Amino acid sequence: MNRRRALLARSVPWTLLVFLVAFWVPWLGSRYDTFLGTQIAIDALFAASLNLLLGTTGLVSFGHVAYFGVGAYVCAILMKTYGVPFIVAFPAAGLGAALFALVSGYFCVRLTRIYFAMLTLAFSQIVWAVAYKWNSVTGGDQGLPEIPYPDMHWMAAVPGLRDLGSGDRFYLLTLALVAVSLAILWRVVRSPFGRMLTTIRDNPERAAAIGLNVRAYELAAFVAAGAFAGLAGALYGIFNRGVFADYVFWSKSAEVMIMTILGGMGYFWGPPVGAFALVWLNQEITDYTQYWPFVLGVILLVLLFVFPGGIVGGLVAGFRLVRRHLAGRDA
Amino acid sequence: MTAMFLFLIASGLSLVFGVMRVLNFAHGSFYMLGAYLAWQAMQWLQPAGEAFWAAAIFAALGIAVLGGIVERLLLRHLYGRDELYQLLLTYALVLIFGDVAKYIWGTGQLSVQRPPLLAGSIQIFGTTQPYYNLFIMALGPAIAIGGWLVLTRSSAGRMVRAASYDREMVGALGANVGAIYTGMFMASSFLAGLSGALVTPLQSIVPGMDVLIIVQAFIVVVIGGLGSFWGTFWGSVIYGQVLSFGILIFPGFSLFSVFALMVVILVIRPWGLFGRPVR
Repeated sequence: MNRRRALLARSVPWTLLVFLVAFWVPWLGSRYDTFLGTQIAIDALFAASLNLLLGTTGLVSFGHVAYFGVGAYVCAILMKTYGVPFIVAFPAAGLGAALFALVSGYFCVRLTRIYFAMLTLAFSQIVWAVAYKWNSVTGGDQGLPEIPYPDMHWMAAVPGLRDLGSGDRFYLLTLALVAVSLAILWRVVRSPFGRMLTTIRDNPERAAAIGLNVRAYELAAFVAAGAFAGLAGALYGIFNRGVFADYVFWSKSAEVMIMTILGGMGYFWGPPVGAFALVWLNQEITDYTQYWPFVLGVILLVLLFVFPGGIVGGLVAGFRLVRRHLAGRDA
Repeated sequence: MTAMFLFLIASGLSLVFGVMRVLNFAHGSFYMLGAYLAWQAMQWLQPAGEAFWAAAIFAALGIAVLGGIVERLLLRHLYGRDELYQLLLTYALVLIFGDVAKYIWGTGQLSVQRPPLLAGSIQIFGTTQPYYNLFIMALGPAIAIGGWLVLTRSSAGRMVRAASYDREMVGALGANVGAIYTGMFMASSFLAGLSGALVTPLQSIVPGMDVLIIVQAFIVVVIGGLGSFWGTFWGSVIYGQVLSFGILIFPGFSLFSVFALMVVILVIRPWGLFGRPVR
């Protein structure tokens, strides 16, 4: 009975269900819900890309925002300054971020643990310093405002979507792109390549001893994570209708890390859950108080000391407890 | 000038990393709270005058106590866990202390007057140098030499250095490693609080000064070598020079050159110019 119920629970395509529900947000929710939904989708991708390093490979990158920022700037500059269509600028953003990740990652993976974290932080601050000062290209401290929306007129040809505003259309576009990106990331994590990364996380010496080129694998993970962060950044720039140097400041790296850990970095769906929880909490709490960072700090403390597994980790532990309870009663 | 301040701040950061292997983001918050505390003490005592010195000491001691509490209550439980957790703990403290300071002291700028004893200035090499700046420039090396003497010549300093090499061995030999760690963390917080207090006559106190300073202190410490005392000293001097001359070479990109220097050092010698390779 219980086993059948467990099988039933497992056979429900939860992921698909979540995306199907999310798809209806523009019709069911308010404009504000759509706005939040877009933000959650983008943050989910960003956090999931970080988790490829943090959870899967065990690399503590404290400068992941650099690749997010490079992607945002590449896409924004291409679309705004050169009038390149989104369909070209979006992959270019991922490519640009991946290239930068390749160059910076080449040096980063040579260092271990805390030095790795510091070098990633240093690279992200370089991106910030360039973005902040290179007025002719990045707009400097003024940033790049008024990035055009991608051309979404084709959506008018789809019967149900004709009446949607551009914000709603962009939400659907974001949702689709994030879904595809997450699916690819999922394949990467589940592939033999992903298993190798986990081996490296758990025991790098052993991995090296069985003939794995640890640095090459780490670099590959770094580039992949950078590419997806870049895609998230590209969407974020359009979503906010502008790219500003603040996006690349190091504290943003900490924010996305908090998302990842809040959701649970040991699980693929942890970071998206964390992104949802954090965006939603932020919106709820800022209604009451302006001291959101304080609340965030307290959440982080609770996480570190009470729930190191994050939300998903807590849920999984809870389910196991319940199942053991039920099994005990049956026997 | 700036270099000496950075040295005061960065030396505390480097001390904690050298001994405890903890990269303390909250160090900048201690610095900021030190500044606010000094301002508050001035309000209690009298708005200006020689009370500044008492206020500065009060602030530094207050922050040292705060640091001790943080180490005992929070940080202690995360030793031996992944360094990610320690990083995040100190980052949580940055968020919390930042908002607490905003709540208590508001978001406006606060300022403290220079103490009358050092209010004047003197002409050196055709430039006007306030006495206060000269005082800071003398204080930096004084603390450097003092700290170096304590670390290398006193028995407490030997214990600290031993603990930084091998925590377990020192514990096994009967030293109270827990007390050493708390003491180090308090000393480091004291330096942060003191530099925060001493900076108040020169800069206005604003929210966000914590996040700005910690990045600079990180760069200094990385250049000089994490955990190396003289490295931190030279690191801050180099940082000051690169920042000043970077403006001449690439106008507008001085920040870039500083970060680039940090990257180059990390790539070539991750343990810094004066540090020693560990683990």
